[in-house]
Amino acid sequence: MEENKIIKNCKVVIIGGSAGSLQALLNILPFIESPISFAIVIVVHRKNSDEQTLEDLIALRSKVDVKEVEDKVALKTGFIYIAPSNYHLLFEKDETLSLDTSEKINYSRPSIDVSFESAAEIYGSELIGILLSGSNSDGTVGIKAIKQAGGTTVVQNPLSAEMSFMPNNAILHASPDFILKTEEILEFLKGINQETA
Amino acid sequence: MIEDIELETLINEVYEYYGFDFGSYSRASLKRRVNRVFYLDGFKHFHEFLSKVRTDEEYCKRMIDEITVNVTEMFRDPSFYLTLRKEILPLLGTKPFIRIWHAGCSTGEEVYSMAIMLKELGLLHKSILYATDINATVLETAKSGIFPLRMIKDYADNYRDSGGQEDFSDYYIANYGFAKFNESLSEKMVFSQHNLVSDTSFNEFDLIMCRNVLIYFDNNLQKRVINLFDDSLAMLGFIALGTKETIKYSISPTKYKQFDKEKIWRKIK
Repeated sequence: MEENKIIKNCKVVIIGGSAGSLQALLNILPFIESPISFAIVIVVHRKNSDEQTLEDLIALRSKVDVKEVEDKVALKTGFIYIAPSNYHLLFEKDETLSLDTSEKINYSRPSIDVSFESAAEIYGSELIGILLSGSNSDGTVGIKAIKQAGGTTVVQNPLSAEMSFMPNNAILHASPDFILKTEEILEFLKGINQETA
Repeated sequence: MIEDIELETLINEVYEYYGFDFGSYSRASLKRRVNRVFYLDGFKHFHEFLSKVRTDEEYCKRMIDEITVNVTEMFRDPSFYLTLRKEILPLLGTKPFIRIWHAGCSTGEEVYSMAIMLKELGLLHKSILYATDINATVLETAKSGIFPLRMIKDYADNYRDSGGQEDFSDYYIANYGFAKFNESLSEKMVFSQHNLVSDTSFNEFDLIMCRNVLIYFDNNLQKRVINLFDDSLAMLGFIALGTKETIKYSISPTKYKQFDKEKIWRKIK
């Protein structure tokens, strides 16, 4: 682990996850104090029928406001955005979010790889990518892309993950900067928050 | 990976040589699509790709077919279709004649969904469904009404969730991994190529369906398209968009009234 890597001007934290990631999110998000000096974007696999429940659950527990993701919504510091089900979530140069219904990637739409790659292209070193629990290989390519673009990468410690396949796969193939348990991810996010630091 | 500047070069050349204007497409998605076809077709250098597009009209056509997104499904978002079935179509049913435009219909799954609902409501005989797309290849599929059988289980679920009560399998014949939908459904469909970027209004409609098409356009083009729809819509007619799309940035809010929580707007002025 590169303990000394200093992260200052993070604009966007993008979090990906699949099976078992909801619990991880609920161990992290409610404990982040508002305001935050970055935007949080969440891309998790879920059933199409769960449309509103994830947004509602996170909005209810989190102190940071959740903004609904619609086509071309502006990505603003201080808010949480959640990728809607059945669309890929992409990042535009003018700092808006756009949606795409093209083919599933890694059997998934939204695909974590698609969003991570797109965010890496726009935000480069100002991006932090976090990959949580899951039982599919989505996210590994995305973690690589974020690293390559100069961003910082974090993968949930597989021992603390409900489903270890996804974090393990990323650790094996993308050598992330940090491997952290959920409580350590929370501390990490608190540490990079310039608003309260 | 194709660089941003290369993508802009490609957009300019495709417009100059063939008249297709992708200049107002959302870049993030377009770039992914172009990269996808670039690798799919085994190109190594951008200049080879560009020269192929420039000199080979057939290839350019293939590239355009591949970069436009053609993923669709029957009864996508069942709650939306339930609203159409229960609220919108019965309102339109009071008219002597119902004209519907599916703009950007892709392979036609939503057009067949509409025909099934109209048939069950006893309205199909007095309806006409115009279905258009920029992509001529997908229109051929739409015309044939032949869809992959592996999708049918999901479609049958969507159908039931959207208020369908008949036996869904009565609507098609399954053969060799495909489902061919009954011709009685397609009798009232008219398919033609139409480019929302450059073509104009061609008729007046009571309902315009354009779902998950505007997401590929930038704000300016969205505005143009919504105004094209406005010009093509009868008074008290409806515009229906995808669940994450809106007309609110494109047209005066006093002209349209949103229908419940669905992405359906009624022209009131």
